[in-house]
Amino acid sequence: MSRRPLVREVPPTSWYFHRPTYLRYMSREITCIFVAAYCVLLVVGLQRLAAGPAAYEAFLLGLKSADSIVFHLLALAASVYHAATWFGATHKAMPIQIGENFVQPGVISGAHYVVWLVLSFVILYLAGVF
Amino acid sequence: MTPMKELRVQLEVLRYNPDTDTEAHFQRYELTCPEEWVVLDALNTVKAEIDPTLNYRWSCHMAVCGSCGMMINGTPKLSCHTFLRDYEGTVIRVEPLAHFPIERDLVTAPDDFMEKLKRVKPYIIPKEKKPISEGEYKQTPAQLMKFRQYSMCINCMLCYAACPEYGLTPSFIGPAALTLAHRYNLDSRDGGRKERQEVVATHEGVWECTFVGACSEACPAHVDPASALQQMKITSSIDWIVEHLIPGGNK
Repeated sequence: MSRRPLVREVPPTSWYFHRPTYLRYMSREITCIFVAAYCVLLVVGLQRLAAGPAAYEAFLLGLKSADSIVFHLLALAASVYHAATWFGATHKAMPIQIGENFVQPGVISGAHYVVWLVLSFVILYLAGVF
Repeated sequence: MTPMKELRVQLEVLRYNPDTDTEAHFQRYELTCPEEWVVLDALNTVKAEIDPTLNYRWSCHMAVCGSCGMMINGTPKLSCHTFLRDYEGTVIRVEPLAHFPIERDLVTAPDDFMEKLKRVKPYIIPKEKKPISEGEYKQTPAQLMKFRQYSMCINCMLCYAACPEYGLTPSFIGPAALTLAHRYNLDSRDGGRKERQEVVATHEGVWECTFVGACSEACPAHVDPASALQQMKITSSIDWIVEHLIPGGNK
């Protein structure tokens, strides 16, 4: 009897359509594009600030355009989704064992939300919002 | 006694005969089964009463041996643990485990997994060997709980069939083998982590994992391979920092 195993290749560019889990994974990966784009925007802003008041004013004016507002809303949604899914997974990477038991996942992700909130207020305070 | 409810079951099973076929094809079987039956029961009935040429693996029929893993409607599952009533009124598509070569019908070749399992040294490598006369290696319940979850693996390979990284990059050591490496690394009696790191902390090891998480969803033994791999990424990163960035760290 011959042994002739059949190998079925995974389609390299469309595999993530095969299961909802894969689609959820890819949707999270795609949010990185918005996170990266926003980082680039911040760097450009810093560069404009260094170039002088006129350049910075023009940059700020550009931020008020409709395209910019749409981008910011998309980037905000993508960042929130990225952060929430990351916080939801932190208990897997960083389990905390106390005695024989492990701290509940909700406590670990909840602590991340608290730190996020506190840091956000600190940044807003430093930015002079309050 | 209330009469047993019966279901009309339609199975669409992937067939491949290495002696005659160049491609796999689906074959439809229709049968009537009691509603509390599982997919494996239906396959056993097909083999006994309709088509004795159908090939598949099974053994315990109680989700312990890990032999009857198959793709059921595209999801890796143990066929002895998948109830027909959950698919009532639909055609149940049964295929061999994804990402493994098909030997015949629903039987896959597990050679690659077995080879990778050996590479991670999934056994205790004692920190210090002592003679039997000195007694057992003791462990507290807390030390046991640290790794207990990861010791529940039944080697069913569902996590490999679920993992797209393994499908795309077959050199990936994969979820179950790496999780077992983690299980022994976490064991207070073990001193073999450094040896395992040669396989674990590589591109083919944990760094091929991109945390899709499908392995943990697929696991019938409620092991969480995704968590084991992320934890090993952290410890491997700490190793690298200690070795490369801390003076005297590579001693």
